[in-house]
This record gives sequence, C-alpha cells and structure tokens, in this order.
Amino acid sequence: MANWTVILNIAKTHLLTKLKSTSIAALGVTFGIGSYITLVSFMTGLNTMLDDLMLNQTPHIHVYNEIEPSKEQPISLYDKFSESFNIVHSIKPKMSQKKIHNALPIITYLERNENVRGALPRIETQIFYLAGSIELGGNLTGISPIDEAKLFNMSDYIVEGSAEALQNTDNSILLGIGIAKKMALKIGDRVQISPINGGIFPLKIVGFYQSGISDIDAMQSFTTIKTVQRILGEANNYITDINVKLYDIEEAVPLSKKIEQQFNLKAVDIKTANAQFDTGTSVRNLITYAVSVALLIVAGFGIYNILNMLIYEKMNDIAILKAIGFSGTDVQLIFMSQAMIIGFVGGVLGLIVGYGLASLISTIPFQTEALPTVETYPINIDPMFFVIGFSFAIISTFLAGYLPSKKAKKIDPVKIIRGQ
Amino acid sequence: MSNVLEAKHINKYFKKPVLFHVLKDINFEIKKGEFVSIMGKSGCGKSTLLYILSTMDTDYEGELYLNNKLITDKNSNHLSRLRNENIGFVFQFHYLLGEFTVLENVMLPAKKLAKKTFQEIEQDALEKLKILNIEHLAHKRASQVSGGEKQRVAIARALINNPSIIMGDEPTGNLDSHNAENVFNIFKQLSVEEDLSLLIVTHDEDFANKTDRIIQMEDGKIII
Repeated sequence: MANWTVILNIAKTHLLTKLKSTSIAALGVTFGIGSYITLVSFMTGLNTMLDDLMLNQTPHIHVYNEIEPSKEQPISLYDKFSESFNIVHSIKPKMSQKKIHNALPIITYLERNENVRGALPRIETQIFYLAGSIELGGNLTGISPIDEAKLFNMSDYIVEGSAEALQNTDNSILLGIGIAKKMALKIGDRVQISPINGGIFPLKIVGFYQSGISDIDAMQSFTTIKTVQRILGEANNYITDINVKLYDIEEAVPLSKKIEQQFNLKAVDIKTANAQFDTGTSVRNLITYAVSVALLIVAGFGIYNILNMLIYEKMNDIAILKAIGFSGTDVQLIFMSQAMIIGFVGGVLGLIVGYGLASLISTIPFQTEALPTVETYPINIDPMFFVIGFSFAIISTFLAGYLPSKKAKKIDPVKIIRGQ
Repeated sequence: MSNVLEAKHINKYFKKPVLFHVLKDINFEIKKGEFVSIMGKSGCGKSTLLYILSTMDTDYEGELYLNNKLITDKNSNHLSRLRNENIGFVFQFHYLLGEFTVLENVMLPAKKLAKKTFQEIEQDALEKLKILNIEHLAHKRASQVSGGEKQRVAIARALINNPSIIMGDEPTGNLDSHNAENVFNIFKQLSVEEDLSLLIVTHDEDFANKTDRIIQMEDGKIII
C-alpha cells in the first residue's frame, strides 16, 4: 500500500539536500531534450525547405507528347513476313505533333477526378531573346499565372512583380533573372523575342523569375497561354503539356499509368522523376533521430549513476525506513519518484531550452542565391516534437531509475543494521 | 495475561560461509507489560533472534506469534505493515533520518500508517517528545542533536504508533552511564505506566538485572 504524501515528502527531502547532484542529473536530461528539440526542428525545417524547393514547383504528374520511334514498324504488321527475321536499320522517331490532341477536354476530365487538386495547361516553346544583334536562346512557357501561383507556389519564385500582373497585362513577360542580368533589363522595359519560325514580338516585363538553379534562370521565362498561342500563331486549343497536382502524392503512380493507357500520352509521375529525393529525406531524418537518441541515452546513464550513488549513501536511511514499517515497494517508490521528478523537471526545462534555441536559430540570417524566398534559417517547430521529447525524457528516466530503485527495494535491513 | 509475542521451536542456520546452526529450538513468550532482557556472549545468537522476532528476518524455521496471530510465512508487505503498527524499534546506533527534523522523524511511522490526520499525528509526536523531555528539540535537524538525545528521539519514534512491543538491540550500548540510566528509566516507566511490553538485547548486566525477566542465551540455546 503506497502512501504518496509520505513517499513524495521523503523523495523531495532527499532531492533538496542533494541539490547539486540533483541539478546535474536534471541538466543532463535538459541538455538531451533541448538538443533533441533544436536538432529535430532544424533538420526537419531544412528538409521541408529542400522538399519544397523541389516538390512545390514540380507537378505530381506531367503529361505531354513524347517524340519517340514507333515501337512497331510496318513490316511486322505484314502477315507474309511474320515467319521471317526482319531487320530495320536506322529507325527515326515518328513524325507527330507536339500539341496534346483534345487537351482541353482531357483537362476537364482530369479535374473531375476526386484525387486531383488541379490540372493546368502549359505551352512550352523555344524562342530567342533579342538584344540588338545578339540572339540569346531560351524557353518561353505559357501558363495560367494565378492558378500556377495557387497550386505550384509560383509566387515564391517571383522575386519582383507578381503573378497577377502577368495575368492582367496584355503581352507581358515574367523574365528569368539570369536573362535580365545579361541584358540589363528592369521592370517596365520591353524585351523583344523571336520564335523559331520567325517574327519579332515585343513583350513588357512585369516581373522577374528566380528558381534558384542558375542554368534555368538564364533560359526560362513565363507568359500567359494566350500570348504564346499568339506568338506561335496557333489556335486556342494548342496545349503542349498538362501539369497535374494531386491531394495525395501516393496516387501519382497509378494515375499516371492510367493516363498513359487512356490517352496514349506520356505521363511522368513525381516518384519516378525524383526517386533520389525520398532517400535523402529519410536518411536525414534517420541521422537526426540517431543523434537525439544517443544524447538521451547519455542523459539516462547520468541519472542512473546519480541515483546509484544516492542509494549507496542512503543505505542506513533505507534500512531504518524498512525497520519502521516501510515496505520494499515503498522504498522503491521513493527512489522511482526521485528519478521521475528529475526527469519531469529536466524534461520541461529541456523543452523550454529547445524552443528557445530553435527560435533563436530561426532569427539568424541565412541568405543564398539558390533560395530567393528564404531569409533566415528554416525551423519547423511541431508540437509533436515536444510530445515525443517529453515522453522520451519520462521513459528514459523511468528506466534509469528503475534498476537502482529495484536494488533499494531488495536491500536487507538486517544486514545494514547489524553490519554497523 | 495475554501473550504479546510467542516463539515456538525457532531454528536458524547461517549458510555462508559454512553451514552453521545459530539458533537451536528457541521457545519463549512475552506477556503484556513485561520488561524482558536477553543476555549472552557475543555470537550466541541473541541479535539474530531479535531480528527474527522483529519480522525483518524471515529466513528461519519454527513459528512466531504476534498478539496470538501466526506471522510466520506472511508476505513482506504484510510484515511491513505489522511492523509499522505493532513493533517499535530502538537500535544501538541511533538511526535517525539526518535530513529531517526531530519531529518529522518521530512522525514518519505514523504517517506511513496513515490512520490519523496530519494534525493528530503532530499532536501525538509532540506529546511523545514531552514524555521523553525533549520537546524543545522538535524543530532541530536530527543530525544536530547529541547522542543521548538521539536515542530518546528514537524511542519517541518507536512509541508513535502505540505499538504492542518495543524491541531494542543494545539501546544503551553506545551511551555513557548517565544517559544509559536515563534510557532505562524511560523504558521502566513505559512498562509500568503504559503497560508496554519490552524486549531488550543487552550486554549491560546492571541494566538486565533491573528488568522483570532475563533470558540467558548460550550457543544458540536459551539456558534460563
């Protein structure tokens, strides 16, 4: 039968009279939990940032018309040669159109699917930027700016100007920052571009685009779908690519297969396109947790040591408590509650220290060319980390306290009293 | 008069380092209000017997009755409770919890028993300290009082739950003659006035001669 007021009172007195070693043990836990919180917030913040860098602007499924050789050559269709051995040399890709046939109905069809958050049309085309007599090669992509901003975080990569300006201004362009630097252009200027099949079109610069990958920034510009169609002289059903964003990224593989079969198009899912990415994320998470667990185990050994020492010092007290009627379980509870108090106090302090450090790191400036929208170190403070950290503090102190307290429970008072 | 404590055919062996028959067929009883001392040479087994009687040592053969109830082979939690409620202890060395005040030390067994409220326990404790003339020490740390005073605190603690019997393992062995005399008088007074049973192991012949009955032990046997 436990009598908690007495047990806790004794535990408290023991802890307070040994304040130095108590605080060292608690500091061990604080240090462990604090570093865990800091580390995990920092690492997951970084992970999220890197994931976003890649995943936000990448469609979950990219649908387009692939230029490739026919899988079946006409000769294999001819019955009379079916028994023979045919060799066709120098196969060339099949002549086909770049545009997706019936693109607009396909988009409507995809958007009706409940897994799809949005399907956006795009037109990819090669152009030249003209600067006097110099021609710079590049890509111009026709997009629906507002929808792109909404689904693919386009705004994060617009360093000056906005998606709305692109949508609302006729014959406007969102110029890659690399091109703008090369040609010394600023917002409001006009840039002349020329499609491959000839002609010159002046477009008004309404903003700059920076992806963080300088090769892309030196080539890529954006305008509206309508503008591209006008430049190319195509009808308004001319669409070369469809980018699909899903609610659940796991649906990407089956849906892309279905699209390929149904429409006879090429559909690339994000998993295939970025297979190495998942691996990087999970390895980083693994390292974070391995380091945190190591820190907490060290803290656990600290508590184990200090409680062990305390029990050796308190041998006489244990014997006398048992002699005056405290059971072995009572004595065990006294030492267990000491461990748990150390764990609780150390854990709570650790959470506070961890939160403080994480918040501090999130104010340190961190500027890089590659990430135009990031100004300070990325920190991801998730309440779940605090729950995990605190549970770990309690569990590890429980384990560290259990063995020494078990020993205290088993101490034979007769041996101690007679051994004096 | 009823028996407070009764031992029947108690045998005990030490198994280490070699098998040794330390207590040989011990039979005796202690009546209510009786003041008994156990005497004998070092190593005759008198302390061993005391710890068996105290229920702290359970490794023996035979039967032990406390207040006419068999307590042999009860589980350790049950024995702890019995000890808490019915047996008071006084040791040769004072065995107080040094970090607690005198008052807290005295109150501890009663708090464990938890039959009374905190206020009642405190009242009782102060009363016991008064009986022993040390109420002025109540709020001192136990580690800061003198040896004789410590022993009186230990007696107060042994009394707090109004036990059936008080056991002492040479309670005067570590005290000067003045304090030893003092402790004996307290015991005697408790025996006479409170009708308390006492069982004291001692080397001190003067002390033993003043008790109601002396149990003489030799080589693990009771000779008188």
